[in-house]
Amino acid sequence: MAQAEATLPASGSASTGAPSTALTTADGTPLKVSIRRAMRRNKLLAFGLTLPLLLFITFSFLMPIFEMTFNSVDNRPVANTLHRSAAALQSWDGQGLPSEAVYAAMAEDLKQAAEERSIGRVATRLNYQESGMRSVMMGSARMIERHEPPWKEALIDINAAWGEGSTWRLIKRESGAITFSYYLNAVDMTYADDGSIVAQPEWRQIYVKLFWRTAWMSILITALCLVLGFPIAYLLANLPSRHANLLMILVLLPFWTSLLVRTSSWIVMLQNEGVLNDLMVWIGVISDDGRIQMVYNRIGTLVAMTQILLPFMILPLYSVMKGISPSYMRAARSLGANPLVAFWRVYVPQTLAGVGAGGILVFILAIGYYITPALVGGQSGQLISNYIAYHMQQSLNWGLAASIGTILLAGVMVLYLIYNRLVGIDKMKLG
Amino acid sequence: MKQWLKTTTALVAGVAAMGAAATSVQAQETLTIVSWGGAYTESQVKAYHEPYMANNPDVRIINEDRSANGLAGIRAQVAAGNVTWDLVDMLEGPAITACAEGIIEPINHDELLASAPDGTPATEDFVEGSLHECFIPQIVYATLFAYNSDMFDDGAHPSTIADVFDLDGFAGRRGMQQIPAGNLEWALVADGVPYDDVYDVLDTQEGVARAFSKLDEVKDSAVWWTEGAQPPQLLADREVSMSSGYNGRLFNAQVVENQPFELIWDGQLFEIDGWVVPAGKLTDRVKDYLHFATDTQRLADQAKYISYGPARNSSAPMVSTHEETGIDMQPHMPTAPENFQTPIQKDAEWWANNGDEMSERFNAWLAR
Amino acid sequence: MAKFAPYQGTLERSWHYAYRLICAAIFLFLITPILIIIPLSFNAQPYFTFTPDMLSFNADGYSLRWYQDFFTSSTWMNSIKNSFIIAIASTILATTLGTLAALGLSRAHMPARLLIMSILISPMIVPLIISGAAMFFFYSSVNLTGTYTGVILAHTALGTPFVVITVTATLVGFDYRLVRAAQSLGATPQTTFFKVILPLIAPGVISGALFAFITSFDEVVIVLFVAGSGQRTIPLEMWSGIREQISPTILAVATMLISISIVLLVTLEMLRRRNERIRGVTPG
Repeated sequence: MAQAEATLPASGSASTGAPSTALTTADGTPLKVSIRRAMRRNKLLAFGLTLPLLLFITFSFLMPIFEMTFNSVDNRPVANTLHRSAAALQSWDGQGLPSEAVYAAMAEDLKQAAEERSIGRVATRLNYQESGMRSVMMGSARMIERHEPPWKEALIDINAAWGEGSTWRLIKRESGAITFSYYLNAVDMTYADDGSIVAQPEWRQIYVKLFWRTAWMSILITALCLVLGFPIAYLLANLPSRHANLLMILVLLPFWTSLLVRTSSWIVMLQNEGVLNDLMVWIGVISDDGRIQMVYNRIGTLVAMTQILLPFMILPLYSVMKGISPSYMRAARSLGANPLVAFWRVYVPQTLAGVGAGGILVFILAIGYYITPALVGGQSGQLISNYIAYHMQQSLNWGLAASIGTILLAGVMVLYLIYNRLVGIDKMKLG
Repeated sequence: MKQWLKTTTALVAGVAAMGAAATSVQAQETLTIVSWGGAYTESQVKAYHEPYMANNPDVRIINEDRSANGLAGIRAQVAAGNVTWDLVDMLEGPAITACAEGIIEPINHDELLASAPDGTPATEDFVEGSLHECFIPQIVYATLFAYNSDMFDDGAHPSTIADVFDLDGFAGRRGMQQIPAGNLEWALVADGVPYDDVYDVLDTQEGVARAFSKLDEVKDSAVWWTEGAQPPQLLADREVSMSSGYNGRLFNAQVVENQPFELIWDGQLFEIDGWVVPAGKLTDRVKDYLHFATDTQRLADQAKYISYGPARNSSAPMVSTHEETGIDMQPHMPTAPENFQTPIQKDAEWWANNGDEMSERFNAWLAR
Repeated sequence: MAKFAPYQGTLERSWHYAYRLICAAIFLFLITPILIIIPLSFNAQPYFTFTPDMLSFNADGYSLRWYQDFFTSSTWMNSIKNSFIIAIASTILATTLGTLAALGLSRAHMPARLLIMSILISPMIVPLIISGAAMFFFYSSVNLTGTYTGVILAHTALGTPFVVITVTATLVGFDYRLVRAAQSLGATPQTTFFKVILPLIAPGVISGALFAFITSFDEVVIVLFVAGSGQRTIPLEMWSGIREQISPTILAVATMLISISIVLLVTLEMLRRRNERIRGVTPG
């Protein structure tokens, strides 16, 4: 593909490497200048054609992604609302209790927050770090109006938490404009009271496990797709095109069928009262009471996603295998290689580009899947995407959703780069 | 190719026209009201919206079924400075959170709302403790257990929360909601904690651990549901022998669809649902609507269409018969005296403080 | 078919048949879940399996009741309208923007070609849940959530990579001498585009448009985050239907969607052959 382009002369720049004597065009401009001008015009034209889409993608897609990434560290609601306390806490060494000046600053912040009704977000945010901080903040903001200085006594009187160093250390830590707490949370870590980073208690650890489960399930799905896709691609590549085109439809039809249709058909196939269980009961493999639970668990996710992603493995494999000349195999055989050896040592190495392309593509698609695990995965088949959705829609911890999302995005981008290096994004083919 | 171009142009024009048609409806005054959808919105349309529009022919009410993401929606709209919702139906817990965030309007209940027919001011007429700074209660609804009576012998059916957790005494799997709220409370009750002490016990680490270890006992027999429509289906399909569920949905299956379900009112977890007004939307029109839609008669009327209890004490005696089947609705109200013997009021404040931690712990527990 | 080279032994010959059998099984795995839905959608009973009546081909076992349910439901009808508005509008936008960009990208002097291409393809690579969450934050801050415009813009972004890829592929080996010939004969750039370039790349443009259409028509995650109750599409109705309780009406919808897929697939296949014929490449 690249070769073809290189040999294509673009309009107006047919000759390259101007000779040393200054040639001129008809109107007297030096040829060099004229060519350079034409080149620049061409570049501008090419870029100009691409510009509308580039701008569109930037505004409708890239900016949202950047904003989400920003959300994962954004702590401005706390920093702005508690700005006096944050400034006053700067000089506190974290030992014992802070001075009256800090308490006075907090009292001012709380008064203003109560008035502006901005205490809620701060309370919710601090509650992520320490359950109960929500009512400390809300209660104090509600009561502070009715109290008088000295503020140290007043605040401790309102809530005993203000008499504990740990409360102040938490606020000092969490009142900057940027926080990394969401990222720590996303990898099952947290800040200890002394500010060091420690693992969450075991009963709160979940995300690392989910990242691993997602990666492991995606590897499994990719492997299954390879095992099932390789023979099919080989068959399609080696059949006469009349037959191959017909069979190709069997690969392309699932590809073009709605994801939700395929997911619901797997529910119909696999559920307890479904087609497959009925069939097995009818044949007598299992008894009517012994129906196998195949959906709403990890098996459901695995089976459905393998079928859904299989065409993405077959198509790149097929296009590589199509270009492999059968004469290599014949040569190997005629030189006395045993068929297995010939296949493994001669044919398979030539398909590696396709295996890589298909494998990475399937893996990238699998680790970001949301719909299918949500519908057929039950509890054990949930992937990391499902938890992003959960925090977006249910718990409303958008910072955590954004940080899990950013970690996942980073993983996908690394794979995308590898894919780009390995296959070349401009070589991507569809259908 | 000319033909192709023509077709494209026609298509663009067509789409533009359709888009214009979809947006050009603001001929009269509109009120966008966000609620839960389904039978619930239907009951509000019948009891509140239709009579209100009959009295005010120049007002058109648009329903949006977005309450499930109500808090998220209000947050996003207020942050964007362009609020399109006029009134949102919301649970007590999120309403407290939204109020503290300053994204919904504070309400002066006595000034805004109608008094009871006997002149009792609104603040004394609503169910005790249900009024909040920014929240106008509408209904009391309960999450409770129900069982399929076909799956138990006569006289050997479950009747308490303890029975739900008794796998040996009562066979079958248990349908449970995939959230910590409710399950933790019931686990403690089943473990012998008095109904009134549940949240005191949950306030300690040991109490939470105790609830989870009680849940461990039923974990292997649990089928987790997420949508309100699932429990009646699970019970009807005999996938489970008992399941928690929303009392309105269970009522519907039991009475309207004639399913062999019975409710276990013991330990019903009741919650208040009501109206909140997004910031900047407390207009005269919204005030007028709220005054009408939350009066004693309207709240009593809603119970004709769905079995949720009116949040006003003065409405209770006026609850009449079910519109569709004609049965007496009184005994199906969560607030009916015989059902209200051993309720647990969901502590919205406790859940606001501990909800995030409990959800994490619950999700980690499920994944184990 | 069974022509064997003389050096192939019995073992190898029996492997040949075993291999065919394995392939048949894999094809079965690929296609059964799609085909099985079609007869089941005509089930007279609200079950998701074959009833005895159906298996004995008794006419009473079959009915059109789920299709009737579908066509008499205002919710489903509304979702059809929304799906088509959104899919058609975003297809037109994506095809226009994508074709222009592909024309630029295929020029020999395109600066930073690979980088720009990677950016333009990225909406296809980024997991939908991330795009959905990101668009929710951003589109709500510019008040585009809950509007047709918001969903259409989001779907356009998802659809353009397909157009860019297919049109770029068609432009490989495009003979630019034709363009110069047209220009030297006095054609305006517009005339050159509509009379010379477009007819030649039409197969790529149309198949890109089909991809963009199906992408939007099938998409649910973005809709979940960006759409309001006024923009509920067919996939969104299916999604909430399956989550609550899968009903046979969903199988009827699925069957109709499968028919649409078949039509699109056949169209695409015909385009591909036409394209190969034009460019003198023999198929296969």
